[in-house]
Amino acid sequence: MSSIFDKFAPLQEQHAALTAMGRSPADIVFEEIISPTEAILNGKRTILMGTNNYLGLTFDEVAVDAAIEALKTEGTGTTGSRIANGSYDGHKRLEEELAEFYGMRSAILFSTGYQANLGAIAALAGRDDYLLIDADSHASIYDACRLSDAQVIRFRHNDPENLDRKLKRLDGTTGSKIIVVESIYSMLGDMVPLKAFVEVKKKYGAYLLIDEAHSLGVLGEKGRGLCEHEDLEDDIDFITGTFSKSIGTVGGFLVSNLPGLDIVRFASRPYMFTASPPPSVVASARKTLSRIAGASDLRKQLWENAAQLYNGLKSAGFELGPTLSPIIAIRLSDAEKAIALWNGLLDAGVYTNLALPPATPFGWYLLRSSISAAHTPEQIALAVDVCTKIGKELGLITLSGSKKTETGKLQVNGAKALNGASEKHPFSTSEPESVVPTGAGAPVARA
Amino acid sequence: MLEIRTHLRARAGESATIGPETNITRDLGLDSLAIMDFIFDLEDSFDISIPMERIAEVQTLADLAKAIEVLQKEAA
Repeated sequence: MSSIFDKFAPLQEQHAALTAMGRSPADIVFEEIISPTEAILNGKRTILMGTNNYLGLTFDEVAVDAAIEALKTEGTGTTGSRIANGSYDGHKRLEEELAEFYGMRSAILFSTGYQANLGAIAALAGRDDYLLIDADSHASIYDACRLSDAQVIRFRHNDPENLDRKLKRLDGTTGSKIIVVESIYSMLGDMVPLKAFVEVKKKYGAYLLIDEAHSLGVLGEKGRGLCEHEDLEDDIDFITGTFSKSIGTVGGFLVSNLPGLDIVRFASRPYMFTASPPPSVVASARKTLSRIAGASDLRKQLWENAAQLYNGLKSAGFELGPTLSPIIAIRLSDAEKAIALWNGLLDAGVYTNLALPPATPFGWYLLRSSISAAHTPEQIALAVDVCTKIGKELGLITLSGSKKTETGKLQVNGAKALNGASEKHPFSTSEPESVVPTGAGAPVARA
Repeated sequence: MLEIRTHLRARAGESATIGPETNITRDLGLDSLAIMDFIFDLEDSFDISIPMERIAEVQTLADLAKAIEVLQKEAA
């Protein structure tokens, strides 16, 4: 008998195959969370290397206490949207604090980072407008395009020249052109060449929206992200971001210096038709956000930790993303070995993210880790050791630690795609030996 | 059509049978990444931009040729 779920047979097969090879990432359940960097998995103490908890602030005492206090005084939830149920004082305060933090006129709070992109982009781009998005955009940006009435044109990943050609073809059209990029791309940790994109944006009078999800608290002297780091904040029209990474809770936002942003609230379905963030979440987000500007010690530690992991894996012979960033991904072309490495790491007490095509660039299998300021050098050294040992057993790296040539079927949309955007380490105190692999680092296998 | 076929062959392999009624995803086994790269090739080749909503309407090679023709006329 046929079932409504029959169409998911390929997904079911993939899930079953993963389970047969050890476990499926979707089935990972942590019985106990010990700290921002440790949890108990199947009774075993496990180092967490894939949490996006960049500053390790999920257990910050001040934030936890504020959340408890808000729970007691304002309850467990708002039970509705701000348009229907009204706003709580905390919502307004957090928006004011976000605007102040970025030095921009206004901010709009969303319930998640996903909804911030969905709600901001779909509302900003109307019927006669054009959305120009990077090919490697996060699912929230792709979904925003489906929700928007605008025409959607993709440009090659991190390729401002390709964008230039596409904007040129729109010469003479009247609608607004909205370019969407991400500061740090979540799969490989590569960064957008922002200055080049700003130049293209200015040339055509387009708007530029940047998603700073992975760079808030991570880049910039005051932790405002890539725009601050590159000194380009005055050239950015819209910033979206999330509280679910360095801020350590959940929620999202849109900030802009353009007058009149508030009207977006009434045009944004993901803002209007969902419950607003609960008081405890707002309270902890406010406390953590207030710490970001002064957290340069944590940022310094974060980048030192990232360099330790990146250089450790690189000198072991693994193929990594093109740029040093707190997202460090091992690139593999062999599915079975990628899954075996991921399982082997778990068995040894190291948790990373397994990312599979088509969610990954070039059809790669990625073992993605995200580093935290809270990781200790010992935890990172252990992860590198375990990874190297299993990598050798699987023949992914040779015994001497030199690179083994990858020969799998790879789809490459231009070697340019892997050019690292930012070659400099934000903290010069611990410059890694080589941040950008030579020859763009891309195993080009153009058919 | 010939130009599209050349790009498609480069993605799908020399042995692929490609005709006007070939369904690009179903018959050639191209995944979403390969399709995306194929579209980028076509955009460079024909000097047009192919919006995502137009791609969604395309199933066969003939559909694609027609869509490109329309986009070229719109651009002219």
